[in-house]
Amino acid sequence: MVGTRDLKTKNKTISLDATDMEILRALQKNCTETYAAMGKRLGIAHSTVRDRIKKMEQQGVIRNYTATVDAEKIGLRNITAVMTVYTDPKEAERVAEELAALPEVLEAYTSLSEELLIIAKVSALSQEKLHEFIANSVAPLPGVSRIRTSIITKKFKETQFSIPDASQKVHL
Amino acid sequence: MTLDADSKILKTVPREKAFYFFTSIGNYTGTSASSLKEFMGRINEVNPKSLEFHLARGDFEKWVAEVLQDAELAAEIKRLQKLNLTGNGLRDQLSFVVSRRFKRLTNQPTSSRY
Repeated sequence: MVGTRDLKTKNKTISLDATDMEILRALQKNCTETYAAMGKRLGIAHSTVRDRIKKMEQQGVIRNYTATVDAEKIGLRNITAVMTVYTDPKEAERVAEELAALPEVLEAYTSLSEELLIIAKVSALSQEKLHEFIANSVAPLPGVSRIRTSIITKKFKETQFSIPDASQKVHL
Repeated sequence: MTLDADSKILKTVPREKAFYFFTSIGNYTGTSASSLKEFMGRINEVNPKSLEFHLARGDFEKWVAEVLQDAELAAEIKRLQKLNLTGNGLRDQLSFVVSRRFKRLTNQPTSSRY
């Protein structure tokens, strides 16, 4: 049995034990599995699974459950691009917030390399729509000094942070 | 064209209606123009690849017609598309056409070099 791990959030620290971590791992693999099936597999009561999941939902450890949709299978041939936005350093935070509010922006980050940058993953129905979006909604934002965009041609991996196995030594 | 219409063409437009120079899809150079006068200056500064990109797409004529509302200049720019100009040759011709139009609108004497 592994001891509890402390997850530090903005205002409080949440303690998770090995069972919580097992449940999180299971949910990340398949969030539609029933409490009973998960409990049986993990060797715990389904009520324990349910109670712990509810608690982690309330604590904000589990933020949401989503479906990963294969856009091509339903005829949506969206293109995805990674956009690097160079800004006045004083404006970067505000520009990133404005970008984050736009539906075309899937992810947005600030990054410090040689200069302060905003990196954003964006999606559009076509190259033309992508260009329109960047020309009409991103370039005009005050503080934007230039933009570099790379259109993604092939995806090799897309995943989210995985809860490490109990055997792996990690510091949360 | 009336003096009122001329002054509308020469107005400064809000930043969301400015022309933003790109070199390719999604690659913004950092150069923009909010008026015909500014546009005239930017043509001489920007990477010629940007001029080629926008001319081929019809972006210049569209902006001039829809934002500056200058159908005459838009038609002149459209004619440049057919000449298949590139690099500094394109810059020179575009600069000439836009400068000539600007001088006419501001009642400055125009060159007859071309």
